[in-house]
Amino acid sequence: MNARTEILGRVRRALEGVRGHQAAEVPVVRDYRLVGDLAPGSSEAIDVLVDRLDDYKAHVHRVETSETVTALLGEILAETTSVVVPPGLEPHWLDGLTSGTTVRTDTVDAPLSALELDEIDAVVTAARVAVADTGTIVLDGSPDQGRRAITLVPDVHVCIVRADQVVHSVPEGVTILAAHPERPQTWISGPSATSDIELSRVEGVHGPRTLHVVIVG
Amino acid sequence: MSTFLGLPSLRSRGAHSSGGTGVLPEHAPVGSDVPHPDAPLRWGTTFPDAARAALGNTQLRRNLAHATSTIRDKRAAVVGEVPDWEELRDAGAAIKAHVMTNLPDLLAQFEEAFTARGGTVHWARDAAEANRIVADLVKATGETEVVKVKSMVTQEIGLNEALAEEGIAAFETDLAELIVQLADDMPSHILVPAIHRNRSEIREIFLERMEHTPEGMTDAPRELAMAARAHLRRKFLSAKVAISGANFAVAETGTLTVVESEGNGRMCLTLPETLITVMGIEKIVPTFADLEVFMQLLPRSSTGERMNPYTSLWTGVTPGDGPQDVHLVLLDNGRTRALSDDVGRAALTCIRCSACLNVCPVYERVGGHAYGSVYPGPIGAILTPQLTGSTGHSDPNSTLPYASTLCGACYEVCPVKIDIPALLVHLRAKSVEEDRARNRPTAWGAAMKAASFVMADAGRFATAEKGLALGRIVAGRSGRISSLPFPGSLWTEARDLPAPPKETFRRWWERTHPDTSDGERS
Repeated sequence: MNARTEILGRVRRALEGVRGHQAAEVPVVRDYRLVGDLAPGSSEAIDVLVDRLDDYKAHVHRVETSETVTALLGEILAETTSVVVPPGLEPHWLDGLTSGTTVRTDTVDAPLSALELDEIDAVVTAARVAVADTGTIVLDGSPDQGRRAITLVPDVHVCIVRADQVVHSVPEGVTILAAHPERPQTWISGPSATSDIELSRVEGVHGPRTLHVVIVG
Repeated sequence: MSTFLGLPSLRSRGAHSSGGTGVLPEHAPVGSDVPHPDAPLRWGTTFPDAARAALGNTQLRRNLAHATSTIRDKRAAVVGEVPDWEELRDAGAAIKAHVMTNLPDLLAQFEEAFTARGGTVHWARDAAEANRIVADLVKATGETEVVKVKSMVTQEIGLNEALAEEGIAAFETDLAELIVQLADDMPSHILVPAIHRNRSEIREIFLERMEHTPEGMTDAPRELAMAARAHLRRKFLSAKVAISGANFAVAETGTLTVVESEGNGRMCLTLPETLITVMGIEKIVPTFADLEVFMQLLPRSSTGERMNPYTSLWTGVTPGDGPQDVHLVLLDNGRTRALSDDVGRAALTCIRCSACLNVCPVYERVGGHAYGSVYPGPIGAILTPQLTGSTGHSDPNSTLPYASTLCGACYEVCPVKIDIPALLVHLRAKSVEEDRARNRPTAWGAAMKAASFVMADAGRFATAEKGLALGRIVAGRSGRISSLPFPGSLWTEARDLPAPPKETFRRWWERTHPDTSDGERS
């Protein structure tokens, strides 16, 4: 008998041994909040997001319009010599970078290797959704977010979030993500961190040590 | 700078890799008396013996008290701010209970979805079969080194040691797992495997066992973490094969999830060409939406954060993004044994947050190694003996259900409402029943029989009471009896007996009610 057949057989026998387990099936009651109190994209929801990101020691920037992102990126990346971006990023956002900054575009067809990415200082991406309650930004590999490796190897990640992408609660975020569960997702809540030494938190381990979140609108 | 002793040693004793370049001669554990176990779910002595030894280690107790009190406070703060925490716990418990009763269908559904997306599913009846599958998959790539994401299940099956015997070097990349591996030690906590080490011990381990530690490295956690970053960076960038566990597997979509903090998980799940995930069959959740429950419960319960820094989700293979050769090994290894006990099976709903360890007064004092299993603490006390089964009274795992005061703190904090105290009592009762079935007299049974003989007769009871005065002499000034001859030793080897009072109730009544005592007796 192969392992699959045997294990599934063991599971069925284990369950049959339980008296009337079918009758004992308890319905899953979801009395928790499916929707947060704060409206998606509201200034209150954004305030909560900013508070959480501050707590994680992420750098938070708020700008009014997509046009002002350009100047802000120029400031954030002023000292940066190389930047990688996904193919679908808003092109004019990079117009404010100095001439000394090399911009490379990483695509599925022409991916940069891990060693090449290790030579690049920073990455700029958009995001799929942001959850205010937990200070979480989710990337799902869409063209403006790119392959997972580009937001992992460079030491600085600048993530641009539209205000209307900010939802209050985790269930609201999961509902949006459930539309494309097959996409590889990365949920990011602050820069990488560890609490493995005496439970004292140290920000910045293997993932990007610096996270900038730009909230637009 | 101390002598370079090389890359992480593999903890195998005597069976060393010939192929792995990072494999070095074996050496003794650093400042540790924890032997490397042959059986990760059953090592060492009985719990009372191991606990007694651990209690003598004041450094260990200080490290644990500091760490567990820190994490308890953090958890309480972030759980307190969630208004629907109890409703989330109810939903989490109900989803997991539903999974248990529908496991065959959910496993088949997951397999179909994961396979449809280019992943390969393997099934393993036990640890040896899982290790064999993983070793063969690694060998098929031609690689002799793998990087690992922290994973309880690969600890449970002793994967690193099994790979070492096949000439494959497995490098732990989680900071705490790295500390444990460098020290040739065993994990003592589900979430923070090196919780028994303080910063200065960790610095010593790094200096002695890690390549290229920075000049003048102090014991500041930041400096130690940066040393680990530098140490592992080249490994990540060149690794071709990674091995992980999984926190959740979504049946309807075939999605796997790893919850982590440092980014070592992302490195392993993203950069290599081949990804092999090992997961217990109980980790399934039915729907993608169920993640909205567990991703609220798990981070707040485990690290005491609103959300952990990184969570990765992948569904089979994504062309052009991440590993293109993706495997999942579904493991039984005693889980179906636990499932067949309709009370005990609740232990399988555990999501490995470790909140029960952090609040447990027993764990806080004895630490994880005393439990003799990679699953320590209250959850370990109910999970380990069910996974292994008991071989009888001499089995150290048969003592684990007694490693508790039944105070109930573990149940209070459990995010999926596992009634650990009730399970402990259930498992105790089961072991008494098993002893009875073997016609073996139990201490409990003998004591009850003796008590019922004495208490059934007023004369016998009065005689027995006179013997209590002796107890006061044995107890001495401390008022406690710490060691009695057999069969009383069965009680006193695990706990003290308070000295009997100066006067029994019946004597007191006779003395204070001289007029009624005769009448009462007649």
